[in-house]
Amino acid sequence: MAILRKDLLIEWRGRSRLVALFCYALTFLLLFSFAVGPDASALQKHAAAYLWLAVLCVSTLLLVQSFQVETEQGALEALLLLPVTPTALFYGKALANTVFISALGFFALPTALVLFDMTPVGPTWMLALVVVLGAGSFAAPGTLYSALTARLAAQQLMLPVLLFPLVVPAVLAAVKATSLLLEGDPMGQLPIWLAVQVCFDLIYWSLCGLLFSRVVEA
Amino acid sequence: MIERLKGLQYAPDALDRTGMAELIVQAQGLSRRFGRRWALAGVDLELVQGESFLVVGANGSGKTTLLRLVGTALSASRGQLRLFGLDPSRDLFRIRAELAMLSHQSGLYDDLSAAENLSVVARLAGVEDETELWLERVGLELRPDPVRAYSAGMRKRLSFARLLAQRPSLVLLDEPYGQLDPEGFDLVDGLIRDLAQGGATVLVASHLVGRAALHCDRALLLHEGQPRWLGPATHIVQAWQTLHGGVNS
Repeated sequence: MAILRKDLLIEWRGRSRLVALFCYALTFLLLFSFAVGPDASALQKHAAAYLWLAVLCVSTLLLVQSFQVETEQGALEALLLLPVTPTALFYGKALANTVFISALGFFALPTALVLFDMTPVGPTWMLALVVVLGAGSFAAPGTLYSALTARLAAQQLMLPVLLFPLVVPAVLAAVKATSLLLEGDPMGQLPIWLAVQVCFDLIYWSLCGLLFSRVVEA
Repeated sequence: MIERLKGLQYAPDALDRTGMAELIVQAQGLSRRFGRRWALAGVDLELVQGESFLVVGANGSGKTTLLRLVGTALSASRGQLRLFGLDPSRDLFRIRAELAMLSHQSGLYDDLSAAENLSVVARLAGVEDETELWLERVGLELRPDPVRAYSAGMRKRLSFARLLAQRPSLVLLDEPYGQLDPEGFDLVDGLIRDLAQGGATVLVASHLVGRAALHCDRALLLHEGQPRWLGPATHIVQAWQTLHGGVNS
């Protein structure tokens, strides 16, 4: 919890970075609507995909940033020399990243609804749950890979190259669940996609937690 | 131990450790390789509780590598290391609870204030937050501005405060005098003395050989990763001059 508090405090102090990332997400969504053109039905049909692509792409910058803060002045090494287990460090940082990515999702979702002129069919709390589960599935492997690439000169390039293939199933589940909540779920598929999201979160959070100590102590 | 060194007169070990306090650092043949190059090779070292020990050598001689090995920030390529009688590969967490390291980088968060940085350390180290006391000890005031606004010397002082916050039994200081003003030099001298008198074992790596030697019990001279001389700190300047032919302050 101390790591989580620390990361939340650092982001609050440097909140101009978060504002810039939110603006980047807005730009992404605007670009999608410009690229598709005035065909509202086409935009609405793929709204969930555009939303999650925007969240995923902007998240990578956020994840890069989360370890840049640690490596800038050698804070990560100093942190590891405290009686803090790498596992505690991972879960603290991954939780903080989940909070930030969720916040990004909560900003991007209503923005997309306004831009694409949509009203969700499903309940709002279910949409919020899908956003949090999706954020969690990016945050856990993202935190691991961010630590792995933190010492590389090309971290901003390497992180998406490593992360995107890994989170494809999680993106698919998030897009499907969001799409069903936005457009309706006549076949009752939503519980299945929510279960898939939960499964991916469980796998990512447990595996990445186990691997993290090997990454940071290497 | 290290003796019979080429070109250097053997200086006998100043400390008779029989009956003394517990061994804090025990290193045998400690070596570290980066790629094909041995940054440090075959260092034998025994440090007891309350001892202050100086490591000197030219740039690239292996001082930082030795400190990082003892600080468990690096693992040895060869040799054995025991800290507090424990094996770092098995009891890393227990060992790290007892040691603190001042390295070339400050280890601080630029966006946080000095007090916030120290509070983070206190919380993670599980000690009571005494921010004002720690800042006063290093000659800093409680200020709300972020560390980003601090000068290099102030950052260094804050790094010392961070180190004090950990209440360590083993203190590793890599170039502690770097970036400090003359008043800061006195601060470092006092800290080395006080920490050792308080029972902590202090391992110092510094280029200010003459100055640091005044506050240390023994010294080790490294040259190109090899240990070249080990003896009383009062003789280190002589050993340095024998090896390098120059004079160091």
